[in-house]
Amino acid sequence: MTSHRTSLGALIDRSQPLSFSFDGRQYQGYKGDTLASALLANGVRVMGRSFKYHRPRGPWGAWVDDPNAIMTVTLNGRSFPNCAATTTPLVDGMQARAVNAWPSAAFDIKSGLDLFHRWLSAGFYYKTFMWPDWHLFEPMIRKMAGLGGISRDVLEDYSADQLYEQCDVLVIGGGAAGLAAARAAAEAGKQVVLVDDHPALGGGLYQMHEVESVAAVDWIAEQVRAITSAGGRILSATTAFGVYDHQLVGLAESGPFGTPPRLHRMRARQIILATGALDRPITFAGNDRPGVMSVDGACEYLARYGVLVGQKVALISNNSLADAAERLLTDAGAQILRLDPHVGALRTVGGKKLRGISQGALRHDVDTVLASGGMTPLVHLWRHAGGKLLWCETRQAFLPGTAPDGMVAIGAANGAFDLEVSLSEARAAGVGRNPGVSTTSYTLAPLWPKPGSKGRQWIDFQHDVTLKDVELAARENYVSVEHLKRYTTLGMASDQGKTSNMAGLAAMAAVQGRPLPEVGTTTFRPPFVPMPLEMYHGQHGKQLWHPLKRLALEPQHRGADAALGEYGGWLRPGWYGKGEAKDLIRQEVLTARASAGIMDASPLGKIEVMGPDAEAFVNFIYYNTIKTLKPGHIRYGFMLTEGGIVMDDGVIARLDQNRFVISCSSSHVDSVRTHLEAWRQDGNDPDRIFIHDLTQQWATLTITGPKARDILSALSLDVDLSATAFPHMSLREARFDDTPLRIARVSFTGDLSYELSIRRAKAPALWDAVMRSGAAQGAAPIGIEALSILRAEKGYIMIGKDTDGETMPHDLGFGIPRLKKTAPFIGDRSLHNDKANGALRKSLVGLVVPSGTAPLPTGAHLVEGTPPRSLGYVTSSYDSPTLGRPVALGLVENGTARIGETITVHHLGESRTATISAPCAFDPEGERLHA
Amino acid sequence: MQIFTCPFCGPRNETEFHFAGELGKIRPATAEKITAQEWASYLYTQRNEKGRVQEVWMHLTCSELFVMERDSVSMQVLDTRSLREDAQ
Amino acid sequence: MTRYSVFNLLREGLRGHTGWGKAWRSPAPKPVYDAVIIGGGGHGLATAYYLAKNHGLTNVAVLEKGWLGGGNTGRNTTVIRSNYFYPESAALYDLSVRLYENLSRDLNYNVMFSQRGMIVTAHSEPEMEMAARQVNAMRLNGVDAELLDRDQVRKRAPLLNFRADMRAPIHGGVLQPRAGTGRHDAVAWGYARAADALGVDIIQNCEVQDLIVEAGRCVGVHTSQGDIRAGVVGATVAGHSSVIAKMGRYELPITSYALQAFVSEPLKPVLDTVVLCPPFGTYVSQSDKGGLVIGGGLDRIPSYGQRGNLPVQEAVLAGLVEMMPALASVKLLRHWAGIVDVTPDSSPILGPSGLDGLFLNCGWGTGGFKAIPAGGYLFAHILATGTHHEISRPFDRSRFVTGHLIDEGAASGIAH
Repeated sequence: MTSHRTSLGALIDRSQPLSFSFDGRQYQGYKGDTLASALLANGVRVMGRSFKYHRPRGPWGAWVDDPNAIMTVTLNGRSFPNCAATTTPLVDGMQARAVNAWPSAAFDIKSGLDLFHRWLSAGFYYKTFMWPDWHLFEPMIRKMAGLGGISRDVLEDYSADQLYEQCDVLVIGGGAAGLAAARAAAEAGKQVVLVDDHPALGGGLYQMHEVESVAAVDWIAEQVRAITSAGGRILSATTAFGVYDHQLVGLAESGPFGTPPRLHRMRARQIILATGALDRPITFAGNDRPGVMSVDGACEYLARYGVLVGQKVALISNNSLADAAERLLTDAGAQILRLDPHVGALRTVGGKKLRGISQGALRHDVDTVLASGGMTPLVHLWRHAGGKLLWCETRQAFLPGTAPDGMVAIGAANGAFDLEVSLSEARAAGVGRNPGVSTTSYTLAPLWPKPGSKGRQWIDFQHDVTLKDVELAARENYVSVEHLKRYTTLGMASDQGKTSNMAGLAAMAAVQGRPLPEVGTTTFRPPFVPMPLEMYHGQHGKQLWHPLKRLALEPQHRGADAALGEYGGWLRPGWYGKGEAKDLIRQEVLTARASAGIMDASPLGKIEVMGPDAEAFVNFIYYNTIKTLKPGHIRYGFMLTEGGIVMDDGVIARLDQNRFVISCSSSHVDSVRTHLEAWRQDGNDPDRIFIHDLTQQWATLTITGPKARDILSALSLDVDLSATAFPHMSLREARFDDTPLRIARVSFTGDLSYELSIRRAKAPALWDAVMRSGAAQGAAPIGIEALSILRAEKGYIMIGKDTDGETMPHDLGFGIPRLKKTAPFIGDRSLHNDKANGALRKSLVGLVVPSGTAPLPTGAHLVEGTPPRSLGYVTSSYDSPTLGRPVALGLVENGTARIGETITVHHLGESRTATISAPCAFDPEGERLHA
Repeated sequence: MQIFTCPFCGPRNETEFHFAGELGKIRPATAEKITAQEWASYLYTQRNEKGRVQEVWMHLTCSELFVMERDSVSMQVLDTRSLREDAQ
Repeated sequence: MTRYSVFNLLREGLRGHTGWGKAWRSPAPKPVYDAVIIGGGGHGLATAYYLAKNHGLTNVAVLEKGWLGGGNTGRNTTVIRSNYFYPESAALYDLSVRLYENLSRDLNYNVMFSQRGMIVTAHSEPEMEMAARQVNAMRLNGVDAELLDRDQVRKRAPLLNFRADMRAPIHGGVLQPRAGTGRHDAVAWGYARAADALGVDIIQNCEVQDLIVEAGRCVGVHTSQGDIRAGVVGATVAGHSSVIAKMGRYELPITSYALQAFVSEPLKPVLDTVVLCPPFGTYVSQSDKGGLVIGGGLDRIPSYGQRGNLPVQEAVLAGLVEMMPALASVKLLRHWAGIVDVTPDSSPILGPSGLDGLFLNCGWGTGGFKAIPAGGYLFAHILATGTHHEISRPFDRSRFVTGHLIDEGAASGIAH
């Protein structure tokens, strides 16, 4: 195999040879190469296969404008699918394989598909595979489709950094224009960031000998030095992949191969777009053959990597930039044959290997065909930001038109293909002047696809969309650009149309006889090049994904062998001890009923409402009447939505005339606080009501059980705990360890209970004291699971479990305020709409099954009739250790009226029966509650 | 990421804010008789303008409600001001 | 119209596909139609098709301001399912699934409805109880459903995260085997072609600028291509429903939001089913072409801006990596957004608008694509008869006055 490496190549380090393999064969390249440049240097041209016909594919471009050379690259045992060979920097030991080709890109077993191409035209699958059934054909089609494969193994330590940043001026593109603009801006005192997606700055300058009378490499180095010494920052190998609202630019900074890019969310006051332009393909017969490349691509391979892509080269161009390219390639030793694409139909000759090109009757033996159909400015980011495009007849291209906020385009991206023009634009933009419309010496003769012409002429190389497919789409009236794209899949390949869109639009325009700009463009969507999902993911994974809130007493719980789990966003003890969870939970319930359970209830909401209007406010917020609540007393109540639905339940305590504490459920604290704030400020006088959420500042311990009073007495607090002095639903303030302590006598178990709330820092001392005095009474700590059973025995609900998004308070047995409360409250009017007044509402009931039978499955439905109709469902169900039989709660249509009835319980196809009862199964008279 | 300017805290990332509804929703006086239609209109009707909108937002980190005028197509923020009538 | 068949495809292949006719015509609008449908998306085109097919009404025009299927029909994540809790929803969406099951043959256009199943995962024991409630409800609604345990989920979607360090470990899930995905563009094109063949005029690049209202009744529309009068007008404009409401001076309980969608580079088959993991707010399927099609929740800011916003992208894609960490190095190819019309109960509105002569098919929110056949079928019934179909009646806008909301999110505890 001949070497294509010349003595040129500004960016490779010949002292550092690197070994790599492609499709199982070993090759050598140099540090600074890309996979594609190294393969080309080794004479390898077939680097992939097309998506549909499995035609051989070689690189068309040298950078992001290549849809062909797509590989799975393995390094150090880790594989990465769908790497573009043209943008993947070569690393020693890389093993690359062409995707979608087997056994290799050179000899692909599926290449026979191309023989059937006449039946696989655009959209053929819409016209067939309907009979007998699509499902019959689909598995085969799925197997054929797809590019690279992935393994199910998770890449360890593959984690992206994500940063927020800002700057005065962000210059995107580090070619001549970008460098000059960044320098001008930095020297004008602006905080500048310059990004370029190549590892080395300079853009197309390596193709030039001199810039402003200095060697190109030195000129680049001089700009870099000037930018950095003026305080500018340069991020190379960094792609601006998208522009988002309010001038946020997404930047992806590449690290070593195999690491995800680092995401910079860059907020820029001004954005200078210097993204350059791409050479576009010419549409002619066999233009997809490996060896047909872009003129600019060939020059880049030579200038950057010292790779001369061919010796005998046909250069086909319609524009004035070809002269410089010809000089460059000739100087490197290529024999150049210039062909005018306008004088006759072109057709490549050869098979997998290009043997020549014919024009009309003339055949030219060449090993390489370089084509340029004109330059297309890269305006993707301009369009992301909402900038308009303007068709330029001279350049036959869409140029930036009306600018989006804070953005200007310069250089080739703005149609300035002359270096001098580009630099003067850049220097103007750098100091904040509008560069305006560029003048140009660039000339070209329009050259677009010719409908009706012979041969298979590719428009989208990866997706195998040919001129005939565009003609077919037009014939079938898929003439809107979006229909064209979607019907033929033109522009939907990995390069997202960078090489195919213009030819596609032009072909459609030509078929229809419309001017090209009238056809319009498809929408430019981020990301500019494909980006690993991990870049968007970053560090907030695993346990840091919506991290749990932690209890002040977590060490104490761990010390007591708590099984910690997530409950309502908190890490809380589910139960304590080692052994079978079911047995431990059962024992906790029995202990709580026999002596007392001690529970960490700290996540319970503690939101204070204060001020002269506090009473009226809470009276409005609550469904229940609160204004009659006396200081030192507590009331159970509901908060509703304006739709009348129960949003939260809990107790509210009145500390004094103008001060209340709302104890909402643990998982609703944030939403309740927001709800209160919204109503405080919108509809009330915010100077007369103050809301203070102290949930995180206070810890709460609950002592529940018949021995609760004895346990609390042992703490020697200066409070009369007798049932008459301190009845159920009242509150006392005391001191513990020189700190205020609130004692609320409320119960969620049906037994005598005290909730002790104290400053978070004092929680361990209180815990120790309560545990000590509890131990003397046979009490023990209990977790959430035991509490769930205790409250279900008593028929107490958990919001969201025993209620759903349709539950109103009268469904739960709290109908009086709905009928009697005269003061307005949130949700009041909704409690009287047609649905609220209906007879078939689901209400809360108990469900009884015989002792010795299994508990009802939670989630089972209660049904009647044939076929069965759902009347409701089991919402909570446990084997009650206290009662020695199952207990269950449910929501049942018209349930209260059905108490005593037997009902069918349906679960996963099986049926049994239960008897509907009142919700409360334990101590219905409440003797223990008031003990 | 959009930037909203809280009248109290200054320009902050959109993720700190909560959309609280369109401006100008007045709760009917429910102590009096309100038709189901009037109530439904208050509860559910949205102007949902394409273009310039006036909305109430909450800055979650300081809990203050404020009025924001913005363009629902371009996402440009035109003005933010306190909801409180007595504030400047 | 040339019939699509394997035989005709073979024949046309031999003669360079020159014999295929237009999939639909591009007629100039007539001055008067029996029915005019505003909006040439899936729902509008399906409505026209069923008006012609089921009700014999062929003097019908569909007016599309851009290109047909260019709104949410061409911007969604192509999921088709009927895993609903309430009987009203199940009746609606399962009608849709049943129509989809025969749609390719009905339209003679392969819409590639691929019934690869959909799993909604559950991540705790309480969520498993809710999953059981959901499965039982679906079965009682006559919809196929299975309750899967952790191993069964793993077998069907091995790519999911079963690692010990996962924040929300998978306990099981709800499977609807008949759910799946379809080729979204093909649904619009198939309906357009079939409706056109029955005589319906599909008029693209025809923007409705105002309604023609005479004596309190909508009798037509002013458009960019002139005035068009109609016996009855139907609006199927999704995220722009409030714009038409403003023209018609009726109120709507709708807020428009951007909903984003994402697609990765094509991969060899790795995922054989649709998976939604509620704690991560993300769902994903793999298209026949090989791309992972990814969706998530709504953007948080009301918007008509048909483009995505970075914070939601990060949340959805990060969610996917948490769900399926093996996908971390897979590359995102493209993302986009549609404008969806969200009602207070996230269920659609079908029926009278409040302006005489104008009817609504809107409020589908994030789930309009899966409902296209049913939406069209029922809306055609409403336009042709002036009355509700039994399945559409509960979705009348009057439910916001009576309180008979159909709020699936409220039932299942799962936002949708």
